[in-house]
Amino acid sequence: MRPILIRGGRVIDPARGADGVADVYLQDGKVAGVGRSLGSPDDALTIDASGKVVSPGLIDLHVHLREPGQEDLETVASGSMAAAAGGFSAVCAMPNTDPVTDNQAAVGFIVSQAQRAGKARVYPIGAISLGQKGQQLAEFGELVGAGAVAVSDDGKPVVSSHLMRTALEYARTFGIPVADHCEDPTLSAGGAMHEGIISTRLGLKGVPSAAEEIMVARDILLAEHTGGHVHLCHMSTRGSVELIRRAKENGIRVTAEACPHHFTLTHEQCEGYNTNAKMNPPLREPEDREAIRQGLGDGTIDAICTDHAPHHYDAKEREFDDAPNGIIGLETAFGLAVTELVGTGVLSLCDLINRMSTAPARIFNLPGGSLAPGAPADVTISDPAAEWTVDPARFFSRSRNTPFGGRRLTGRAELTIVRGQVVYRREGDA
Amino acid sequence: MTAASLGKDLVGLEPLSAEQIQLILDTAEPFKEVSERAIKKVPALRGKTIVNLFFEASTRTLISFEFAEKRLSADTVNVAAAGSSVSKGETLVDTAKNLEAMRIDMVVIRHGASGAAQFLGQRIRSNVINAGDGKHEHPTQGLLDMLTLRDRFGRIKGLKIAICGDILHSRVARSNIWGLTKLGAEVGVCGPASLLPRHVEELGVTILPRIEDAIQWADALNVLRLQLERMETGFLPSLREYNRVFGVTSDRVAKAPKELLILHPGPMNRGVEIDSDVADGPHSVILPQVTNGVAVRMAVLYLLAGGAPDWASDGEGQR
Repeated sequence: MRPILIRGGRVIDPARGADGVADVYLQDGKVAGVGRSLGSPDDALTIDASGKVVSPGLIDLHVHLREPGQEDLETVASGSMAAAAGGFSAVCAMPNTDPVTDNQAAVGFIVSQAQRAGKARVYPIGAISLGQKGQQLAEFGELVGAGAVAVSDDGKPVVSSHLMRTALEYARTFGIPVADHCEDPTLSAGGAMHEGIISTRLGLKGVPSAAEEIMVARDILLAEHTGGHVHLCHMSTRGSVELIRRAKENGIRVTAEACPHHFTLTHEQCEGYNTNAKMNPPLREPEDREAIRQGLGDGTIDAICTDHAPHHYDAKEREFDDAPNGIIGLETAFGLAVTELVGTGVLSLCDLINRMSTAPARIFNLPGGSLAPGAPADVTISDPAAEWTVDPARFFSRSRNTPFGGRRLTGRAELTIVRGQVVYRREGDA
Repeated sequence: MTAASLGKDLVGLEPLSAEQIQLILDTAEPFKEVSERAIKKVPALRGKTIVNLFFEASTRTLISFEFAEKRLSADTVNVAAAGSSVSKGETLVDTAKNLEAMRIDMVVIRHGASGAAQFLGQRIRSNVINAGDGKHEHPTQGLLDMLTLRDRFGRIKGLKIAICGDILHSRVARSNIWGLTKLGAEVGVCGPASLLPRHVEELGVTILPRIEDAIQWADALNVLRLQLERMETGFLPSLREYNRVFGVTSDRVAKAPKELLILHPGPMNRGVEIDSDVADGPHSVILPQVTNGVAVRMAVLYLLAGGAPDWASDGEGQR
């Protein structure tokens, strides 16, 4: 494997609190050194990163890669390529595949598909319950043995508090978090968007914020009761942020993530029955968006994730009630985060890299998130000042369902290195 | 010469200006007379083809539209979702494109999904008229309610209209709220809090917690049909209790401080939201509403087809 010398970039490594111009030397799949004017062997690939930011590779804790089962929407290969193009060196794949990723063979299949693709790393998340049916616990030990890094029934809430309790207890044996999609289905049933003035006007059934917050509160109580680690997926409401803030003050083992669409858009995006604004949890109110930003700013929300959810264009080309939930996000997340969070002063660039790399690695106990010597050679080179326009036709993802087409963004990944190999280099880059 | 045309589609009253609503109501006036003739036909839409595409069951609205179309000399086809390609899983966009390919001029659509009429209108060149989409709007019902109010009071501006019942699930309520407030009426909504939509007051309406409040306050009550399945879905305990607490009964109406007009979009649940002696009583304009429905729909069809508003101007101001 050819060593890589990244010269002259602004190296940001939140794990060590480092932010300054330096060279980064990668050898044998690991970070071999970070410093000024590093020498390198003649065979090293030299990358000029002057004017760019060199950081640990971004890590997305929450994607849907649709394989196995819906390979026309996305595959492990296309999704991990889209990830690399978005600056992600690793993604965590949710288990709501068909069949469900609830056994070691299914986990092993995703691991091997990711190895074959050779792009971003893909860490499977196993199901909490067999078939995500919310009844019988899946074999966490076998799942972890095959490569799963967490368990979740994402896409479906864990309705039974008993099941959630036992999952949190049992997961402690393996040191993995239980990631929950917080939604009280009796409150959200039939809902197509956030319950508020827009849903009233459009005549669409709303999902109240309380549907999320009830489960956030429950999960926090169960985490406290069991001592287990609960990770709360795609937080969307101001009430959730407040509950998590208080739980963290009380020392409860709770971590949380939020998505770019929830810190960028509001329910007004649903006007005109725009199905690319339909997602679960739904886009909320301006006060919720502000609370998510504040939560990311003060660390109440640990990580930024995409909830990348590919759908076929004609699945979204229908009545709002019948359109599926979700948008893709891997190729817009970094630009949205820089534009909406760094550009507005909510986060410094170093804090942003923390929320998108170092913190996610810590939460799911993944390699990466650091440029310390010996860390995996997973590196993202980005240009936080690059201005560009989102063009879904140029996505590497197989799907195009995004509300951000045509949006002007600042900040873009230029080059992504995984395991010491360049897996993405933006076309036209010098 | 003021009012603009209606545009291509009528998907709701929310996007219309006061002038456009006024134009429809004024255009409806001369069409009332057509239905009183021995030969109930004018040639305004001769040669136009119209599809009545009804994905939900309807008797009154479908017949009313069909009469309106036929009295304007249009050629009409009724498509019910059951037994059509829709029941074989065809998507709305495919249905729309197939209709388009048959070169039809107008589609009247009723659909269970909010936004379906707008969706269709954005995808075909034909005019689209919303005959009720989910819980969103039922604009021609709102218009016929307003025409009936204008007939009786001679104006809309300044009237106090209380819409009573299941506001949450009602497209009739939404169209009435938009249309009436745009024309300067005060609108109140009255019903169990479990059937009032969130932040409804931001639409510019007053919340009247009890039916007695509505009767004290209003010049007219528009009493909505209570969907019987609301009990099963946990919004209400029972029909009996609904009638006891929110029913428009003759005892309650008798306490009105002024003469109270009673509207109902039908079909009625007698003895639930409205008692028979009120529905059949002197305050009721429920059947005149139905008569006006044909005239209003003729006006909408005529205007969307490009008819000149002046043609109808001889009816203006004759109320």
